[in-house]
Amino acid sequence: METAITILLDGLVFSSYLFLVSVGLTIIFGVMKILNVAHGSLYAWGAYTSAYLIGVWSEAGFGDAGTFLMIAVAALVVGCVLGFVLERGLIQFMYARDEVIVVLATFATFLILEDVILLVFGVDPYFAYQPMAYLGSAELGGILRDVYSLTLIGLAAVVGIVLWVGLTQTRWGKLLAAVIHDRELSVAMGIDVTKVYVLTFMLGAVLGALGGAYVAPMVSVAPGFGVEVIVLSFAVVVIGGMGSIPGAAIGALVVGIARAIAVHKLPEVELFVVYGVMAVVLVFRPEGLFAPASARKI
Amino acid sequence: METTRDWTIPGVTVGFAAVAVLGLLFLPDWLMNLTVIAFARALAVVGLMVLWRTGLVSFGHALYFGLGAYTVALLGKDDGISEVLITLPAATLVAATVGLFLGFIVRRYREIFFAMLSLAFSMVLYGILVKTEALGSTDGFNVRTPTFLGFAPEDAGTTLRAIFLVLCALCWTVAVLVHRYLQSTLGRLTTAIRDNEIRVEYLGYSVAQAIHGKYVMSAALAGLGGGILAIALGQVDPDSMVNWTVSGELVFVTILSGPGSVAAPFIGSMIYELIRTYAFEWLPHAWQLIVGVTLLSIIFFLPGGVWSLLARLRRREVE
Amino acid sequence: MSALLEARGLNKSFGAVTAARDIDISVAPHEIVGIIGANGAGKTTFVNMVTGWLKPTSGRILYEGHDIVGRTPRQITRLGICRSFQVAQIFGSASVFDNLLIALGIAEARGLAALRLLRRPDLADKADALLARYGIADYRDQSAGTLPQGVRKLLDIAMAMVAAPKVLLLDEPTSGISSDEKFELMDVVMGALKEDGVTVLFIEHDMEIVGRYVSRVVAFYQGEIICDAPPLVALADPKVKEFVIGEDLHNQTLLQGGVLQEAPDARG
Repeated sequence: METAITILLDGLVFSSYLFLVSVGLTIIFGVMKILNVAHGSLYAWGAYTSAYLIGVWSEAGFGDAGTFLMIAVAALVVGCVLGFVLERGLIQFMYARDEVIVVLATFATFLILEDVILLVFGVDPYFAYQPMAYLGSAELGGILRDVYSLTLIGLAAVVGIVLWVGLTQTRWGKLLAAVIHDRELSVAMGIDVTKVYVLTFMLGAVLGALGGAYVAPMVSVAPGFGVEVIVLSFAVVVIGGMGSIPGAAIGALVVGIARAIAVHKLPEVELFVVYGVMAVVLVFRPEGLFAPASARKI
Repeated sequence: METTRDWTIPGVTVGFAAVAVLGLLFLPDWLMNLTVIAFARALAVVGLMVLWRTGLVSFGHALYFGLGAYTVALLGKDDGISEVLITLPAATLVAATVGLFLGFIVRRYREIFFAMLSLAFSMVLYGILVKTEALGSTDGFNVRTPTFLGFAPEDAGTTLRAIFLVLCALCWTVAVLVHRYLQSTLGRLTTAIRDNEIRVEYLGYSVAQAIHGKYVMSAALAGLGGGILAIALGQVDPDSMVNWTVSGELVFVTILSGPGSVAAPFIGSMIYELIRTYAFEWLPHAWQLIVGVTLLSIIFFLPGGVWSLLARLRRREVE
Repeated sequence: MSALLEARGLNKSFGAVTAARDIDISVAPHEIVGIIGANGAGKTTFVNMVTGWLKPTSGRILYEGHDIVGRTPRQITRLGICRSFQVAQIFGSASVFDNLLIALGIAEARGLAALRLLRRPDLADKADALLARYGIADYRDQSAGTLPQGVRKLLDIAMAMVAAPKVLLLDEPTSGISSDEKFELMDVVMGALKEDGVTVLFIEHDMEIVGRYVSRVVAFYQGEIICDAPPLVALADPKVKEFVIGEDLHNQTLLQGGVLQEAPDARG
């Protein structure tokens, strides 16, 4: 019984983490049809910035409660600045190119940003334990757990719900739906597609950075931080269906729980499970479990 | 158009012969080592180039690269087989066989889905290798010193030279065969498929079969390249042989080289290896940055790769 | 005379929409059949079913007496039924000459023959002969992606003819071509096809073209054949006039602003 609860909790925490890092990726793909490899860099930048700011904040002697503010600031600043710069400086020139070439361009961006991180933050790892220490730990199902990692579940839920409502219930969401459905028609209708693209890319970037910023206190932030995340979030997005937010949630849950089971029951297959699921889903449903219906143009 | 003579086969023949002879005479060990690594990777890139001409980019050919490398390494494990005449064909065959099976699946996909599915398959192997204690997990294990037709070199220098010579011969063979292939109907069914699959089907050829064949060929070449790299490095491990970054590297060299000629991957791979080595030496924390900037510049300014640059220079000379 | 191509009780529905209903048609060797009908009448669906792109919901398609339902487009091509397309399907990045060379290469490519060199004198001669026959030799070395519309159409048809088919289906050969070029294009095409003795089925909107080139007209309306007769009879048929030509004429009047002039009459 205890293991079942542990597996479930671990799975949920890991799923929440996966959802946070992949939802931005799926939004960008859904709207702009761009598979952004540099998403991993945004995640790493978010983590580094958040760890750095938390360090500065604590050293200045402000209360640990404020470190959460630093996480939010890191995500917003990194996401907005890098998102804007990337979209205007690179992505906007790629809309006419092959999807695969765009993937390569973002891969190049990823390589560049990886090293810029090293140049800015150095090679030594960063530790930002303060938020975790502040929340302490609690007993759940007879096991002591740190509260911080559990808040990840709440954060993922909030992000998911806000995005879902924002995209389905608001005027902005409908505008976005129009652009996704038919770009040319949207232009003809007077929608400023450029603005929609920039904002979407920035939103996706903020979400990626938020994933890193929030995870930073739980781990040591070190070089190569973004590498694994890229393929993991690809797997989640592909499983759920590229461009679908509920899909990203389902994909994250599938991967998260499967991995938690593997870690506890059969650690040898931990990684294998994730990509195995991805391969199986791709083979049987290449468009993913929850692919949004696309307008077919022949 | 028809009158321009095709210099590819004489070109690669003279080219590889020159590299082999001059290499043996003048190349210092470190540069020869670099050439071996570059050419081994180039073999995989030749296959990726054929796929790229067909409009397909695989982000998972590290799967076959790794299969080739681990096949060679495993055969030699525990005083096993070290004869390259056995290990290299085995590496090629294992990769080709896996490619044949997976080909039935991947041939149904295009564009981003093809890329992602390839990635997924390669990461499955990565996931297995990382967790397999018997194969050294993330550390990998050592590869036996090779023998060549029974000849066992006594020191590292001789081994390197022997590998170098064998590799030059292999690269020449592959370049000639693939060039000949590209001039056949099947070879033209690369760009033709990229241009218009419907027309190919309505001319009476199965696009799926054509793609499958090219996929197996690229898998075999990647296996061969990986096998040679394993011998050259004397070591295999998941991160430098199977991880997605290795696939990314292979695709990078493909783009850098350009699809213009079978000679391009060898030149492109050499350039990449030099960039990487020098960047790493001078700016150890910025070599990825340099590689990334190079890739972006090629995507934007040289979509035909370095080969198109060479072709442009040659055309200017003629005029 | 026995039929070369025959459809019996052919039905096709997409969900609730019926695109073909009980199609019966029989085409004899060397016939030239015009298929007419308004947009959405089921003409292209019919061609797509015959060439294996779509599988009929029910019914049979017999070619030389054998049922070909369920075969793939390439198998049907190999049997000797080829087609052209409303939107020309060509290899945009290759030259016109190379387009034909590739087509010729594929036509002979079975098994290891696919590994034969493509640049051979015998294939080149055949390609040049096709270029001359379809009147596009002037564009020989031009990239196919940059061709004018009429030449694209001709190249598309020439590529369909590479495999020397017994039946050729032309899907709107003159669509997108200006009216003064139409007859020129059709003269070239039909001249070449008649010389080869091919059985031709072609979809056409332009009744003048239909009247001039075909020996028989099949009219579609809402997925059904409403008329199957020689051109003079068919074009005078009241149902054809109402559902096929009438709609087209009506559309033309609308386009020419005829609505305004007709309006008072309609009121009175």
